[in-house]
Amino acid sequence: MNTTLIATRDGFGEELVRLGKSSDRIVVVSADLEDATRAEYFKTAFPGRFFSMGIAEQDMVGTAAGLSLMGFIPFINSFAVFLTNRAYDMLRMDLCYNNCNVKVICSHAGLTVGEDGASAQCLEDLALMRVLPNMVVICPVDTIEAQKATRAIAAAKGPMYLRTGRAPLPVLTKESDPFRIGKANVLREGKDVTIFGCGTMVSEALQAAETLGKEKISARVVNMHTIKPIDEDMIIRCAKETGAIVSAEEHQINGGLGSAIAEVLVRQYPVPMEMVAVRDTFGESGSPQELLKAYHLKDVDIVTAAKKAIKRKRQEVTPHG
Amino acid sequence: MSTKNINIQVLRAKAVLIRREILETLHRAGSGHPGGSLSAVEILLSLYHYKMNHRPKDPKWEDRDRLIVSKGHITPGVYVVLADCGYFPKEELQTFRKMNSRLQGHVHNKVPGVEFNTGSLGHGLSVANGIALGARLLNKNFQAYCLLGDGELQEGSIWEAAMAGAHYKLDRVCAIVDYNKVQENGPVNTIKNLEPLIEKWRGFGWHAIEVDGHDFQQLFKALDEAADARDRPSVIIAHTIKGKGVSFMEGDHKWHGKAPNAEQLNKALEQLK
Repeated sequence: MNTTLIATRDGFGEELVRLGKSSDRIVVVSADLEDATRAEYFKTAFPGRFFSMGIAEQDMVGTAAGLSLMGFIPFINSFAVFLTNRAYDMLRMDLCYNNCNVKVICSHAGLTVGEDGASAQCLEDLALMRVLPNMVVICPVDTIEAQKATRAIAAAKGPMYLRTGRAPLPVLTKESDPFRIGKANVLREGKDVTIFGCGTMVSEALQAAETLGKEKISARVVNMHTIKPIDEDMIIRCAKETGAIVSAEEHQINGGLGSAIAEVLVRQYPVPMEMVAVRDTFGESGSPQELLKAYHLKDVDIVTAAKKAIKRKRQEVTPHG
Repeated sequence: MSTKNINIQVLRAKAVLIRREILETLHRAGSGHPGGSLSAVEILLSLYHYKMNHRPKDPKWEDRDRLIVSKGHITPGVYVVLADCGYFPKEELQTFRKMNSRLQGHVHNKVPGVEFNTGSLGHGLSVANGIALGARLLNKNFQAYCLLGDGELQEGSIWEAAMAGAHYKLDRVCAIVDYNKVQENGPVNTIKNLEPLIEKWRGFGWHAIEVDGHDFQQLFKALDEAADARDRPSVIIAHTIKGKGVSFMEGDHKWHGKAPNAEQLNKALEQLK
């Protein structure tokens, strides 16, 4: 594993400039957080295709919708809290109901925003975005995947949500690794339990798998970079092959990645499942690592959840014998 | 379609027929919004028969003027006018608000001539601004119109867009406020007053024009003036009467979102001749 730490927002910002060079249909509409989201790189490179609406998220979404009607591919951006919460009606009506080709880039998602505290820590965006018809929801695992995801959403039509983060993360993937929207990637093979993670939590999941390995527990780790459309085939395959599932996300326990996986399992192949997520509470100020620990989003919490799921698998008589 | 020497007598007669068709369409559907449809008839006719460049047989013609109907509930008015222009067969009005119809309860772009789906208030002006910004990038010179309700101006998002329109000097944007003074639960000025309205728009940097929204000549003049404005967007405050043309609907908020029954329809049609 490369030990360099880079935030996913950086991968997005750099790739957007490359996209801007290859297509003059790429435009950016902003709400005065382009410095933090890294859309600023585009603003510097292509000032004529950058429009700030000021601190007005609703206006940003509607204006982007209008630009998309003219054939442009607008990238809108802000902190996840402000865009997904404040402008939800615009995302629903203007982008999803009209199926506009607008890309929604939200940085500062999750607890790892850190010291700014609960008001800035978005823990509900995956749930909010995932229930909107037409919306695609992606949470890249590292800066390289953020670049690929940025390319992929620019190339695909329709409204798409990209969740990026402020916290520097280890680079887990390589340029040559495949990335397809809706196709999860197995990062580590295993047979006793599968840990599905997204974003920040994938490196915690890999660490957990390492720890479990020392105890002779074989854990598979899957990078679930696309939350919608969720990779049903991968979930069912892992349920069949490992019989126990753990989800890990920097998000509320209600409605996010864990819920999306559970919805597939209960309908298609129920097996014991545990969820590592924030338990229906707001965050607080602190360093990213302190917060992950305090809200039980660390590798040790995934280890505990994995053991619990495996124990249930052994105790319960499952419908699959 | 911009026939400057249009016969206003002919248009007035058309307005009566449009109002009759609106009420018949509402009656058949059994639900819908008469008040704001009837107040906007002259505005819509001025746009589609006087000012806008558009081609009913080629609704996606790239140089057409765009109209975003931000008060998306006035589908009876919009659909009847579009059908009358020839965007789709008039018989289709029979399907308004019915299952499997293109004619959704709130404006939907599957209807030829409709640019954008609305229905939640406060959305249209930002979209019109975005269209104008896009047009500017493409060196296109068409107008982006946005029809706003008055109650809708209570939504903060409208004023976000008003600020942006002036900041970006979007002189191809023309907002039209159907100022019928009545919203769902009563008079606008008792629910949350908009006044001084023209000063608000001017304060936001817009070229603001006030007209009688049932007077074609005033509307034509204002639309021409708005199109000629440079370096700032325009707004036409069109003073109208909610439920215009039907005595028992005029100014009554109870007719914001209710269809006439057979008896009420007949009574209304008696007055529209």
